[in-house]
Amino acid sequence: MSMDASKVTPSPPAEEAAIRKAGLWSRFVDRFRGRSFLVANVLLAPTMMWLTLFLVLPLLVIFVYSFGGRGAYGDVELGFSLSNYTKAFSPLWMPVILRSFAFAGIATVLTLALGYPLAYFVAIYGGAKKNIFLILLMLPFWTSYLIRTYSWIVILRTEGVVNTSLSWLGIISEPLNLLNTPFSVVLGLTYGFLPFMTLPLYASLEKLDKSLLEAAQDLGANRLWTLLRVTLPLSLPGVVAGTLLTFIPAVGDFVTPDLLGGPNTLMIGNVIQQQFLSARDWAYGSALSFSLMAILLVGIFLYVRKMGSEDLM
Amino acid sequence: MRRKPKDQRTKAKGLRAYVALVYAFLFAPIVVLVLFSFNDSRRNATWQGFTTRWYGELINDGPVLDALANTMKIALVATILATVMGALAAYALTRYRFRGSGLYNGAIYVPLVIPEIVFGVALLSGFNAAGVSLSLQTLIVAHVAFMISFVIVIVRARMSGFDRTLEEAAMDLGANEFQTFLLVTLPFMAPGIIAGGLLAFVLSFDDFVITFFNSGVGNTTLPLKVYSMVKFGVTPEINAISVFMLAFSSLLLLLSWRIQRPSGKPVISDKE
Repeated sequence: MSMDASKVTPSPPAEEAAIRKAGLWSRFVDRFRGRSFLVANVLLAPTMMWLTLFLVLPLLVIFVYSFGGRGAYGDVELGFSLSNYTKAFSPLWMPVILRSFAFAGIATVLTLALGYPLAYFVAIYGGAKKNIFLILLMLPFWTSYLIRTYSWIVILRTEGVVNTSLSWLGIISEPLNLLNTPFSVVLGLTYGFLPFMTLPLYASLEKLDKSLLEAAQDLGANRLWTLLRVTLPLSLPGVVAGTLLTFIPAVGDFVTPDLLGGPNTLMIGNVIQQQFLSARDWAYGSALSFSLMAILLVGIFLYVRKMGSEDLM
Repeated sequence: MRRKPKDQRTKAKGLRAYVALVYAFLFAPIVVLVLFSFNDSRRNATWQGFTTRWYGELINDGPVLDALANTMKIALVATILATVMGALAAYALTRYRFRGSGLYNGAIYVPLVIPEIVFGVALLSGFNAAGVSLSLQTLIVAHVAFMISFVIVIVRARMSGFDRTLEEAAMDLGANEFQTFLLVTLPFMAPGIIAGGLLAFVLSFDDFVITFFNSGVGNTTLPLKVYSMVKFGVTPEINAISVFMLAFSSLLLLLSWRIQRPSGKPVISDKE
């Protein structure tokens, strides 16, 4: 609008000076921008160099390896063959991939079912003891995943807490076979990744404006309706972040199937580990790793787009 | 206490019961570990009486102590590196708007969404391709690579609550840019930096997967030691190490909590 005005009337000297000053100002801003660009890049350089050297380049290495083959001494023979990829998706190994996604999917649904009410309770009904509830929520996240997985061996094994208690109570005469089953693996994944679900859920429920809940109830919605139409949609970013942070590590996990599983609960993480450490077929292990990452990235992309949540964290 | 409609209070009872069960699920296994670490029975199945024998054996267990020393060395050095680099990066990402910041913002999430096992085998392959033999140093390098992003996320979260006018005020009062950073911005960032460092330390201390693939021979850390012991069967010593590790991590969490909330009053205030 002011530009139109200046076209119509010849600009008085004061206005001209203001324009010249604005030019100076914008040049100053440009220079400042240039400087902040420089400073920011200098500050970011160590991190980015580190991530390039120790994440991007290593990923490129396994990408190159994945087209190679197994050398005579367990080394990688570089080449260009897709055989590792066709092997990964062959009927022999496909069930392992499908099982990994199925176990991780079930575990994610279970963590959501367990975690949402928990996060909801702490965020909305925490009251005076909120900090204690919150610390208890964070504690499993801070403690060792390996140890927490191991604790289930103590509970589920043949001479474990469950079997000993049940036989002491006279409910069973023979110990139940609880360990090394799909049940124990899914249980372990659910237990292990529950904090990865509850913390993002809590973060988004905590931000939720509680007066909206009261408004919904004042307008006649019952609690279930309020939950479904107000709370749940508003906490969707937390649900998306939580499911991703649970599902991604669960699919690739090898600690839980390794410690709590058996030969028929093999997951993709176990196979990758075997290829790198015992079978020494790094090329095939690389192809599996890359396939896993590619499937996950495409999946994440589609999921995030469908949920329409841009800023997850 | 705020007043709630009657039906709300009764309904919350169901929620409370459910939440109590979920908390029980979360902590029952940990309670079991603690109990059995004091159980005077090698078979470890039934309660035979209280003992601190297993903790005593731990103190005299050379390999376990070596593993603990390795773990601490790695965690300490890696934490310092990751915290310094991460804090600088977080400062740059929140303080400046510049071309390419979106790209950087995306890049720091990559380590958080890659399955840890892929990260681990990629690093192993990378070291192999570069002809670097595995050592404590490569483990430190690997740990820093996965810790930086966590530090950045935490420090950035702290920085997002920063009132930029404080910096402007300092400058108006005659402080130069460096003085402003040192006397205004850095003190505000400090709790975030310390919290990020503590989380980084705990992540390194507890890390199993990446360490497992990149440790090579003779660089056993405590989690690796626990893993190899578990493979031979459940023993009371493992329970004792586990409880030590759980206690140590919990201590760091409480420390981090205190630092971020120094007044001791609940920071997460009810908006009502």
